[in-house]
Amino acid sequence: MIIDLPRFIASERPTWTELDEILTRMEAAPYRRLTLEEANRFHFLYQKVSADLGRIATFASEPALRSYLESLTARAYGEIHETRQRRTRFRPWQWFYIEFPSAFRRQSGAFALSVIITIVGVIFGGFAVALDDEAKEAILPGMFSKHLGDPAKRVADEEKAKHDRLAGSHSTFASQLMTNNIGVSIKAVAFGMTFGIGTILLLFYNGVILGLVGIDYILAGQTVFLLGWLLPHGVIEIPAVLIAGQGGLVLGKALIGRGDRAPLADRLRAVGGDVMTLIGGVAVMLVWAGIVESFFSQYHQPVVPYWLKIAFGCAEFAVLVWFLGSKREAVQEEAP
Amino acid sequence: MNSELRLRTPEGIVFSYQLAGPISRCMAWGIDLVMISAIHTGVNFLCTAVGAVSLDFALALSLISYFVISIGYGVATEWAFRGQTVGKRFLRLRVMDAQGLRLQFHQILMRNLLRFADLLPACYMVGGIACLVTRRAQRLGDLAANTVVIHIPKHLEPDLENLLAGKFNSLRQYPHLEARLRQRASAEEARLALQALVRRADLEPAARVRLFSELAEHFKEIVTFPPEAVEAMPDEQYIHNVADILFRTRGGSTPPRGTETAQKSKEALAR
Repeated sequence: MIIDLPRFIASERPTWTELDEILTRMEAAPYRRLTLEEANRFHFLYQKVSADLGRIATFASEPALRSYLESLTARAYGEIHETRQRRTRFRPWQWFYIEFPSAFRRQSGAFALSVIITIVGVIFGGFAVALDDEAKEAILPGMFSKHLGDPAKRVADEEKAKHDRLAGSHSTFASQLMTNNIGVSIKAVAFGMTFGIGTILLLFYNGVILGLVGIDYILAGQTVFLLGWLLPHGVIEIPAVLIAGQGGLVLGKALIGRGDRAPLADRLRAVGGDVMTLIGGVAVMLVWAGIVESFFSQYHQPVVPYWLKIAFGCAEFAVLVWFLGSKREAVQEEAP
Repeated sequence: MNSELRLRTPEGIVFSYQLAGPISRCMAWGIDLVMISAIHTGVNFLCTAVGAVSLDFALALSLISYFVISIGYGVATEWAFRGQTVGKRFLRLRVMDAQGLRLQFHQILMRNLLRFADLLPACYMVGGIACLVTRRAQRLGDLAANTVVIHIPKHLEPDLENLLAGKFNSLRQYPHLEARLRQRASAEEARLALQALVRRADLEPAARVRLFSELAEHFKEIVTFPPEAVEAMPDEQYIHNVADILFRTRGGSTPPRGTETAQKSKEALAR
C-alpha cells in the first residue's frame, strides 16, 4: 500500500493525540472508571489507531512513527483486553479482615497438606530426640543453641533470674524475630516454584525442630513451662508459617498442573492474587508474634504466671480460628 | 530463549518487544543494589539521631528498615514507575505483563518476593539459568507472576541530510519503482541499509565490500531497476541510493513526521 505520509499524519494526528490523552488520564488515575460514552470513544480510538498502525507497518521509512503507534496500541490493548477484576483502591482493613481469610479458605486443601507435612516433621523430631541423645546437637541450628542443654536446668535458670535478660533490647529482639520469620515465610512461598519440593522440605524441617524442642521439654517434665513459653507467640507464629507453606504449595500445585488443562501461565495467573494475599497476611501475623514473643513470652513465673500465659495463648488461638474460619461480606465499591 | 516477544491483538495487529537478557538485567540489579544501600544509609543516619533517645528502638528501626527497603524497593519502584526500578530505567528495561495486559500489583509483588528462589543456591544461579532456558527469558519470579522484562530500544536517528545528500540518485528517475521499493522493504531492511552506511567507515575493506554486495543483491531482489539505472553503479552507491529513497522524500528532506509526533513517541517509549 502506498500512502501520502504527510497527509496521513496530518489527518490522523488528532486521533492519536486524543487516545494518548485518554490513556495518560487512565494511567494517572487507575481507580477511575470510564463512563459508557468514554468507554465507547476509547474503543473506537483504539481500533482507529490499530488500523493506522496496520497501514504504516509496512512503511519502512518511519520507524519512529511506527514505534509511537505501536506504543499507543500496546498501552490501549492492555487496558481494553484486561479481563481481570479492575483495580480498586487498596483498603488495608478490608484486605486483612476479609480478603486474607477468604484466600485462606479458598486454598484450604493446601493448608491441610501444610499441616500434615509439619506434623510428620514434628513426629520425626520427637522420635529423634526421644531415641537419640545426640539428635538435638545434630539437628538444631545455631540460633536454638539455648535449647541444647537440659530443659529442666534452663527452666530453673529462667525462673530464678532476677533481672530482665532482654532489658533495653526488647525492640531489637522483636525486630530480629519479625524479619527472620517473615524472611523464612517468604522463602516458604518462593520455594513453591521448585514444584513445591523446597516448601515441603522447609515445612518438614520446621516441624522437626518444633517436635525436637517440644518433646525434649515434655520428656523433661517441663510441659507447663513449654506451654507458657510457646503458646503466647507460637499460636500465631506456627500457623503463620503453615499459611506461608500453604502459599508455596498452591504455587507448586499450579506449576505441576495435575488435573488442570489450562496453560501454565493461566494456572499461575489464577492463583497469584491468593498467594500474595496469603503472604501479606502472614507478614502481619508475624509482626504481632514478634512483639508478643519479645515483650511477653520471655517473662516466666513468678513474673508472669504460667496460667495467664497459657490462657492468653488459648484466647489468641480462639480469635485466630474465628478470624480465619468465619465468612464475611466484602464492602462493594460504589461506581462513580 | 527468544530475543523477541511478539504480541498479536485480536484486531490482527502484531507488535514485538525486545526481551532483556540476563546480563543487562544483572547490571540493572547492580545499580539497584547501590540504590538500596544508599537509601539504607540515609535511613541509618535518621536511626542514629533516634539512637540519642533510645538505642534499642534505633537498632530495631535500622533492622526493620533494611529488611523493608531490600524487599520493598523493587516492589515500590516498579509500581510507581510502571515496571521500572532505577536500574531498569538506567538500562532502558521495563517489566511488563507477558500478555501485554495491564501490570497488576500482585504481579510486581510476586516477582519480587520470588527472588528468594531465583537467588538459589547463590548469585542468582537459578534465576540466571531460568532466564537462559525459558522461551521468554523469564526467571522463576517472572514465570510465577507472568511477567517479562523487555528492552526499550533507543531510536538514535543519524543525520540523514549529511549522510545521504549530495549525490545524484539515478533510481529516482523511476517513481513507480521508487514507490514499490518503499512499499516492499520492511523497516528492519531499511534500518539495516542505513546502519551499514552509518558504520561503513568502521569496517575492514574486504568485509565492507562483502557486506554491501550482499545488501545490494538483497535489495535488487526486492525491486529490480532497469539496467541503465544501475549500470556501473558500485554496490555501496546502490545501497546509498536505496537508503535515500527509503528515508528521504523527493524534495531531499526527511519525511515530515512533525516534531510533536516525534516528541510524543519519545515520551510514550519513556513511560
